[in-house]
Amino acid sequence: MRKCSLKDLNALFGKISESATLYIPVDLENGKAVYKKYSDGMKMSDALKTERSAKDFFFPQIETLMEFKTEGKNIEIIDTRTETEDFVVFGVRGCDAKSLEVLDKVFLAEPVDSYYQNRREHGVIVSFACSRPSETCFCQTFGIDPSEPAGDIVCYKTDSEIIFDAKTEKGKALMSKLDAVTENGGEEQVEKQKAEIKAVMDKLPLKDLKADAFGADKTNEYFDRPEWAALSESCIGCGTCTFVCPTCQCYDIKDYKTNKGVQRFRCWDSCMYSDFTLMAHGNSRNSQKERFRQRFMHKLVYFPTNNDGMFSCVGCGRCIAKCPISMNIVKVMKTLGGKENE
Amino acid sequence: MNNETLIPKLGVITDIRIDTPDIKTFRVVSPEGKKLFEHRPGQCAMLSIPGVGEAMFSITSSPTNTEYMEFSIKKCGCITTWLHAAEVGQNVTVRGPYGNPFPVDDVFAGKDLLFVAGGVGLAPLRSVINYCRHYRDRYGKIDIVYGSRSKDDLLDYKEIINEWSNDSGVNVHLTIDREQEGWDGHVGFVPTYVKELGFEPNKTAVLCGPPIMIKFTLQGLKELGFDNKQVYTTLELRMKCGVGKCGRCNVGSKYVCKDGPVFRMDQLDELPDEY
Repeated sequence: MRKCSLKDLNALFGKISESATLYIPVDLENGKAVYKKYSDGMKMSDALKTERSAKDFFFPQIETLMEFKTEGKNIEIIDTRTETEDFVVFGVRGCDAKSLEVLDKVFLAEPVDSYYQNRREHGVIVSFACSRPSETCFCQTFGIDPSEPAGDIVCYKTDSEIIFDAKTEKGKALMSKLDAVTENGGEEQVEKQKAEIKAVMDKLPLKDLKADAFGADKTNEYFDRPEWAALSESCIGCGTCTFVCPTCQCYDIKDYKTNKGVQRFRCWDSCMYSDFTLMAHGNSRNSQKERFRQRFMHKLVYFPTNNDGMFSCVGCGRCIAKCPISMNIVKVMKTLGGKENE
Repeated sequence: MNNETLIPKLGVITDIRIDTPDIKTFRVVSPEGKKLFEHRPGQCAMLSIPGVGEAMFSITSSPTNTEYMEFSIKKCGCITTWLHAAEVGQNVTVRGPYGNPFPVDDVFAGKDLLFVAGGVGLAPLRSVINYCRHYRDRYGKIDIVYGSRSKDDLLDYKEIINEWSNDSGVNVHLTIDREQEGWDGHVGFVPTYVKELGFEPNKTAVLCGPPIMIKFTLQGLKELGFDNKQVYTTLELRMKCGVGKCGRCNVGSKYVCKDGPVFRMDQLDELPDEY
C-alpha cells in the first residue's frame, strides 16, 4: 500500500492530471457535491455521495452516436467514434463502483456497446471506502462491503492521509506514476478503518433490509401483487429516480438536424415515462402503475433472472433522497418482501 | 474500434410496390446492388431515415431470395408515413438482422404447417412461407389462412393468387371481414374461419395479426385440439436498440428484440401479460 498526506493531495492530483483527465468530487456553494474536471488547487469534497454517480463518465446522459449527411435522396453515414482519452474518476464510493459491474452486464454483453466499452477501457476508478455511511444507505442489502469497494485503486481516507491499495493492472499502472508523491505504508490505518466501518454499518437504520425475497425467476410471484396499485398511486412519473440511479441504463436514440446534417444521439430515457413504450398502435404499459412496476421488477427480478442473480440496485439511496413523493425501492421491498422486511 | 451494431449500413430503395391503400412493400439493396445481409425467417431489421427516425420492421422477403430484402410497411406513424411518401432511389439506413427466427430447420421440418395471418400480420409470415415453399420437400402440407378488412387490404394478393395457390400441397384460404362487390371468396373473421376449416391438430401453427385475432384464433385452435406448444407467434413492441440494452421492449425478463420476436405460445404463457 502507498499513502499520501492530505496536505500533498494537490500535488498528487497534479501528477495524475499529467497523464489523464482527472475528475474529483467538489462542493458547490449550495452544499451539494458534484464531479468536476480537476484544475490546479481544486479542493476535493468530503461528501459521502456526489449528486450524480460515476455512471455519467461511462454512460453519459447524452452522446453522439454517429452523423449523417443528407442531400436529396442520398445519405452518407459518418462514424464519428474516436478513441476516448485516458481519464481517472476519483472518490467513487462502493455503491457506485459496484454499479459499473451492473452496467457492464448490459453494455459489455454481446453485441458489445463500443461507446461504453471505449470509456471503460480508458477510465480508471479510484474508489473510496465509506467511513461515514448515511441513513439512506443500504448497500449491504446487495452484498456490498463499503470498507472494501470495487475499483482499480481502493482508497482509505483518514484525518491526515489517504492510503492507496491498487487492485487491478490499470490501478497499479496509475499508482506507479505516483511514486514521487506517495510513500509506502498505511496497512494499520486501513485495518482500523475497516473495523470502524463495520461497526457503523451495524448501526444503520436500513441494516436489516433483505433482498432475499426477490431475485431470479420470481416474476410470477410479484407481477400481479395488488400492492403495486397503492405503491404507485402517487408516482408522478417525473423519472428523477431513474436519472439519479447509478444502475438505470435505459436509453433513447434520437436524431437532431444540424445546419450540416443529422446527428444521431443517445440519451438517458426512463421506463417511468408514458412515451417510453408508446407505439403508433398503442402502449404496452398504459398506466403509471405498469411503468412503476416495470422499474422495480426490473431491478429486483428481471435483471437477476438474466444475470445470475445480480440485482440492479446498489443501495446508494439517491432515489430515497430525491423522490418528490418520497417513494423508493426500500418502501417497495418492505411492502412486497414479506415479514422479514417489515 | 470494434464493430458497432448501432451504426447502420446504407441501403437504397429500388422498388416500391403499392399493396393496399395503406401498405407498401419496399425493396432494399446495398449501393452496389447487392443484398445487405443474410437473415433467417422471422428476423427483423432497423430501418431509418436520418432526421426522421429509426424503427424495427420484419423482413418480409425470404432468406432464399439472394438478391434483395423487402419490407412491407403499413402507414401508421412518423417514419412509416415518411417512407410512404418516398420514391425509388431514396437512400435509407438498415441494421440487423435482429431477434430469433422461426425454427424452420428443426421444429418445423417434416411437419404439416398452418399459417394464420390478419392484415399486415402477413408481412413477417411471408418470409417463413416463402422459405418453406422454396424447400417444399422438407415440410408436409401447408395451409395458409389469411384475412383482411376488405379485398383491397389483402397484402401480397398477386403473389398469393399467382404463386402460393398454384403450389402443390399448399392450400390458401382467404377471407375478408365484410361482403364486397367483386369478392366471391369467404367472408368472415379469421378466428371463426379457422374453426370452420377445422384443421387436424397434428399441425404446427404460426399466428401473426392484431392481438384480438391472435387471442380468438388461439382459443379456436385449442378447441380443435391444438396444444400451446404447437403454436408460434411473433411479437411487436417499441424498440430502439434491437439488442436488449435500451430497456423498453421487455415482457417480464425477456426482450422481444433479442429473445423474440418469435415465441412459442407456452413460452408466452409464462410471461406477464404485458404485450
